[in-house]
Amino acid sequence: MSQVNRIEQGLVDTNRELKFTFNDKLYIAHPGDTLASALLANGQRLVGRSFKYHRPRGIFSCGSEEPNALVELRRGAYLEPNTRATVTELFDGLQARSQNHRGPLGFDLMGINDLLSPFLSAGFYYKTFMWPKAFWEKLYEPVIRASAGLGSLSGLPDPDSYDKGFLHADILIIGAGSAGLSAALLAGESGARVILADEDFKLGGRLHAETLQVDGKSGSQWATSTVKTLSKMDNVRLMSRTTVYGAFDHGIYGALERKTDHLASAHGMPRQVLWRIYAKRSIVCTGATERSIAFGNNDRPGVMLAGAVRAYANRWGVTPGKRVAVFTNNDDGWRTATDLVNKGVEVSAVIDSRSIEAPASVAGASIIMGTNVIDTMGRAGIHTIALSNKQTIKCDCLAVSGGWNPNVHLTCHQRGRPSWNEKQACFLPDGVLPPGMHVAGAANGALSLSSAINSGFLVATDVLQSLNLNAAKMPSVNADDESTNIEPFWHSKQSTKRCWIDLQNDVTTKDIVVSHQDGFRAVEHLKRYTTLGMATDQGKTSNVLGLAIMAEHSGKSIQETGTTIFRPPYSPVPIGALAGRSRGKEFKPTRKTPSHDWAEARGAVFVETGNWLRAQWFPIEGETHWRESVDREVLQTRNSVGICDVSTLGKIDVQGKDAGEFLDRVYANTFSTLAVGKVRYGIMLREDGILMDDGTTARMGEHHYVMTTTTANAVSVFRHLEFCRQCLWPGLDVQLISATEQWAQYAVAGPNARKLLQKVVDPDFPIDNENFPFMACSDITVCGGIGARLFRISFSGELAYEIAVPTRYGNSIMETLLQAGEEFDAVPYGTEALGVMRVEKGHAAGNELNGQTTAANIGLGRMVSKKKDSIGNTLSEREGMNRENGLVLVGFKPVNSASTLSAGAHFVTRGNAATTENDEGWMTSVAYSPTLECSIGLGFIQRGQARMGEIVEAADPLRGKSTSVEIVSPHFIDPDGERLRG
Amino acid sequence: MIINHPLLGPRDAAEFVYLGDASLINRPDSATSNAAEQFYEYLYLRDNVAGEMRELWYHEQGDRSWLVVTRNTLTHEISNVELARDVARAQGRNR
Repeated sequence: MSQVNRIEQGLVDTNRELKFTFNDKLYIAHPGDTLASALLANGQRLVGRSFKYHRPRGIFSCGSEEPNALVELRRGAYLEPNTRATVTELFDGLQARSQNHRGPLGFDLMGINDLLSPFLSAGFYYKTFMWPKAFWEKLYEPVIRASAGLGSLSGLPDPDSYDKGFLHADILIIGAGSAGLSAALLAGESGARVILADEDFKLGGRLHAETLQVDGKSGSQWATSTVKTLSKMDNVRLMSRTTVYGAFDHGIYGALERKTDHLASAHGMPRQVLWRIYAKRSIVCTGATERSIAFGNNDRPGVMLAGAVRAYANRWGVTPGKRVAVFTNNDDGWRTATDLVNKGVEVSAVIDSRSIEAPASVAGASIIMGTNVIDTMGRAGIHTIALSNKQTIKCDCLAVSGGWNPNVHLTCHQRGRPSWNEKQACFLPDGVLPPGMHVAGAANGALSLSSAINSGFLVATDVLQSLNLNAAKMPSVNADDESTNIEPFWHSKQSTKRCWIDLQNDVTTKDIVVSHQDGFRAVEHLKRYTTLGMATDQGKTSNVLGLAIMAEHSGKSIQETGTTIFRPPYSPVPIGALAGRSRGKEFKPTRKTPSHDWAEARGAVFVETGNWLRAQWFPIEGETHWRESVDREVLQTRNSVGICDVSTLGKIDVQGKDAGEFLDRVYANTFSTLAVGKVRYGIMLREDGILMDDGTTARMGEHHYVMTTTTANAVSVFRHLEFCRQCLWPGLDVQLISATEQWAQYAVAGPNARKLLQKVVDPDFPIDNENFPFMACSDITVCGGIGARLFRISFSGELAYEIAVPTRYGNSIMETLLQAGEEFDAVPYGTEALGVMRVEKGHAAGNELNGQTTAANIGLGRMVSKKKDSIGNTLSEREGMNRENGLVLVGFKPVNSASTLSAGAHFVTRGNAATTENDEGWMTSVAYSPTLECSIGLGFIQRGQARMGEIVEAADPLRGKSTSVEIVSPHFIDPDGERLRG
Repeated sequence: MIINHPLLGPRDAAEFVYLGDASLINRPDSATSNAAEQFYEYLYLRDNVAGEMRELWYHEQGDRSWLVVTRNTLTHEISNVELARDVARAQGRNR
């Protein structure tokens, strides 16, 4: 049998064998084992190297507090670094590797850091690498990063899936140990909706780790039968492998459930589920975590927490050593000695720092009171310890207990601060707990089994009453009431060796002294200066020890010294679980226009605009460059007719008796005077006078307007309008509804636009120039009776219309329009051609309405009515927005027509250097105009209108070029608008 | 956080969009003589309260109501939730 330290069956299934590898070596374990219990069973004491000094380290604890035994699990894309061996449930075929060493684990080349340790103490980085500054990034940081650290990532996309879920409960019970089970039992029997969550795969907490008795049977049996009872209750949801990692506002808890981590393959199931639990009340039954004592070389493999040592023996049937010594300052540590002796394990000595009568007898062990351990010997695992009384003791495992810290974390997630309890030598929950939260069991200082069970019943009764539920009668349970006496003992003063506090971050008592000397005495400073309590374990076994020693140095009490702030998560939550399904293309929804399928079939190239996918251009056979497609689409539209999907524009239906008045107040210009059947272009300001959005609004009836917004601002404009309607003018009779997704809308533009549309619009609706002039709008029917809307508006500068049909007709109207347009060689055009034509026409768009510009800047200052009150009108009159030399939107043409303009270039007067002081404006939009056969641009330049014909430099230092450009009208084509009125 | 919507009951804060101080309801009258000054104060000068504060929240993923939520910025305790239009009306904003 290779499992040299497996002494009995414990709670694992020794009838079945599981094979696993650690550093490629094959081992045997059993169902019920963790990776840690399996490694200990197989006599593997050395499991990793420390973070900073690369010291050999072994398994220290048996739970999620583990600072040392961090391993890489699995291979390839499934590789997961920094996994705690103590909570890794073993499965057949598991592959684990130690991390943070170069060369074999037994001989780490970076162990040299340990010899350099006199130079690497607290604040070392800050003091040593101050200068030269440039060396930090290039030399120091890469070297430090390579030598210090934890495991490494696979660098591959995570192949696993993660889910999110929502749960509701009357009472969330966090922790299924003695207090959690008793609270759940009472609450369940009382009919409350209960969720009982525990991070372990086996519910019962330390009941499985101890030999204490409940009602004449073992605590473990009581736990098992209680769980069985609970599992039959429909109103109780049991969640094992679930860590409640944070207590958030208003009774919302975050929980991570590990669904398939314990399986060799997820088989398509999510690996983990991130739950958001809404609970009216919660009972924190999170128990306590043991802390260590600082003495010389107390970090060697074989030095472990006493409670963990007996947990391995009792629950997993594994002894961490053949000859165990115990070092304690409390009665609980003695139970490790007695439990081991009862299992036939040799206990060589019990060393107690207290000068009292021995609280128990331990067969075969030297009992040494009033003494402490000052040093350990054994490079890769201890074999001897030295005591303050000069005695040396042989042992291959030293079980240390410095007392127990109640797990108060969740009670502090909303800035509650725990108080120090002198008698129990631990911090207990205090102050204002998160609303609805209660604490029971060891987490609240009820450290003995009997007191914890009773505490669970009592707190559950209170909670049920606060929910107005009738509490069932409290069962009478007769459990062991073991002694938990303690006299604090923090560190060995006689030791001359390095005494470790934080094993994960390699912090020693000396570092605390240095921190104190350097003035970093407040606990939060101590943490940052020494890194005490950072990283994956967040100092669960070390924080209190560290701050107690700081208290000693600064002559303050532990209460005065206080703890650092506890923040979620309680234990690490993978980023993958936080992301859930929101990754890659699923990070946000993709919106497709009603004729997307048609465009896709047509071979469109799509562009993402916000969440929308829009056709950018439609390449045809033989075209190899996007410009060929775009130039063709522009020219064909200008020469005949083109069709463009503009469904993504925001559409807001505005109805009511005061609709016109409302629009007058939200637009800078006036809409109440607009005739029914007409459309008007409007600009909307923010209250500070800056341009917010622009678009056309059509008056479909006396009390009915249809507003369009830009695609980008559709959501924010609607939100703003609702703010105005509800918060500013609740008395107006006006209703709004977003109709963006109700209508598929298409621009039909070009000299043949009318002829094309006349073939589609039903003859009852004449659309000749007289009946349907520029800026007309109407409800119409198309294709023999399908309701539609027609607007005669033009973004391209051509004779143009926008036709809207109900969404479901999007695909078919596109096909119909193109069929009808065949005789005119009608072309579909995308957003790129749309952009080219709007630049040619000098229309402002997103690049110009960039949140910094005013109506005056885009040359529309006169549209801001001074006759009425509207959002932004008052503040748009501020001096700074109406400067003489203000920016004005104009057009730009390269002096050398072969030059290409670039957006973002800044204008300087010729002869001036391209500096910030000489900056006169910038190019906002550029395009190659196939109509003018040269590059053209729009931009803002000071006093632009007065400088027509002037030649300036468009300096573009980013791209290393400068182009001479002429200031021209922004209306490159048809400045008088004859085409669109034709 | 959970916001107890006056019409819809308790809703997760994730359904809402936050705007800020509910004093944004008190938009000045542009016809008064020192309108520019008043608008400047309305828009830019707001208290940054450590404690109970009235805030505007918009139920964008819900019924599109603007709400005035009285929330303690230190504890996140929500002591009152009202429809913004009721608040505005009560302050005399009837047109």
